[in-house]
Amino acid sequence: MRVGDALPPLEIEVTRTLIVAGAIASRDYQDVHHDAELARQKGSPDIFMNILTTNGLVGRYITDCLGPDAVLRKVAIRLGAPNYPGDTMVLTGSVEEVAGDTATVRVVGANGIGRHVTGTVTVTLPPGGAR
Amino acid sequence: MSDESDELAMRLKAFEGRAAAVAGAGKDPVNEPMIRHWCEAMGDTNPAYAGPEAIAPPTMLQAWTMGGLSGHTGRSGAYDELLGLLDDAGYTSVVATDCEQEYVRPLRPGDEITFDAVIESVSERKTTKLGTGHFVTTRMDVRAGGELAGTHRFRILKYAPARGKPKARRPRPVVNRDNAGFWEGVGQHKLLIQRCGGCGSLRFPWLPGCGACGCLEWDTVEASGEGSVYSYVVMHHPPFPAFDPPYAVGLIELAEGVRIVSNVVGVPYDKVRIGMPVRLQFERYDEELVLPVFRAGETDGGGS
Ligand SMILES: [Zn+2]
Repeated sequence: MRVGDALPPLEIEVTRTLIVAGAIASRDYQDVHHDAELARQKGSPDIFMNILTTNGLVGRYITDCLGPDAVLRKVAIRLGAPNYPGDTMVLTGSVEEVAGDTATVRVVGANGIGRHVTGTVTVTLPPGGAR
Repeated sequence: MSDESDELAMRLKAFEGRAAAVAGAGKDPVNEPMIRHWCEAMGDTNPAYAGPEAIAPPTMLQAWTMGGLSGHTGRSGAYDELLGLLDDAGYTSVVATDCEQEYVRPLRPGDEITFDAVIESVSERKTTKLGTGHFVTTRMDVRAGGELAGTHRFRILKYAPARGKPKARRPRPVVNRDNAGFWEGVGQHKLLIQRCGGCGSLRFPWLPGCGACGCLEWDTVEASGEGSVYSYVVMHHPPFPAFDPPYAVGLIELAEGVRIVSNVVGVPYDKVRIGMPVRLQFERYDEELVLPVFRAGETDGGGS
């Protein structure tokens, strides 16, 4: 793994089911993540994905790409354009820094209306490097 | 020029450094069912999260501290007071903007979770696309069996939604003798197509006579609701007050063969495609306006 390496993109279909399942699995019962009518009353066009689900998907993306022996050390994300049902988010990553067995990967998740998430993930790689 | 008093700014600043949660306790110990539900939701098949040696996905860190439906325990008076102060100042909406987590050691089933959190900062008043408000940053130390397992820095924006003008209403349909039956049908959630009494041709939109044979006799058939996108355009400009560009306007070919101009919903504007199957649904826009629209995707068992 070298600085500048790109990770293969991961496409996530942002279904209503994913948004609700992610919210409940993260124990986030805020209405804007499951009740479209109340979300609209609060000025949102629909329900939208919660930050914990985005965080989980970013973590999954890194270990999907680098293998189950890769250990997440740090995940730092910032949200932008919301993930609404019916959209597709494409996660991409590029290696920003490598120091010994530790790599920092810059991650971007783009959807149909912009950048849903940008961030960096610090990950420790198994001896022998990622597959 | 700020219309916010210096006094409020000072009161907000005074919350920096105060505790947001003291001796909070996870409602459940780290456990396999919650891990599995999380992995199912995320589509995460990492074998590290299953089996006898399972660890919890590190990104679940915050989930173990969530209050759930029964609410938070350990939340400090200061945090609630800060949110209340922002509510009272009109910043009633909230959105999470940043999450930074460091994982010190993996969490495993059986680990008992405790946490403390501090209000790190309250920003000055900022104007964002969502509206004007203040960013509140908290930092939480999450412990397992009393030992530091990770830190979780979380930033929310408490804001007053940008409203601009009150949302304009969609234009009203022009109902006349020739099309009144169509709008009565819509009122009953039926999409009615005219059928010529002479030659049996179906026609839409509604007209007094048949374009094929000139006959003035007609009755109606109810559309099954199945259709597909025959063509479409995406409206970017000019914006019209009741609409929120960009949006897709579809020419929908109904299963019966006639075509209708309508909105395509349930799919982003740039994902609408010619030939895409769609299904009729009736959308209420305000207390008096219901319109037939067409939903893409969810073609089986969609219901409503
Ligand atoms: Zn005719």
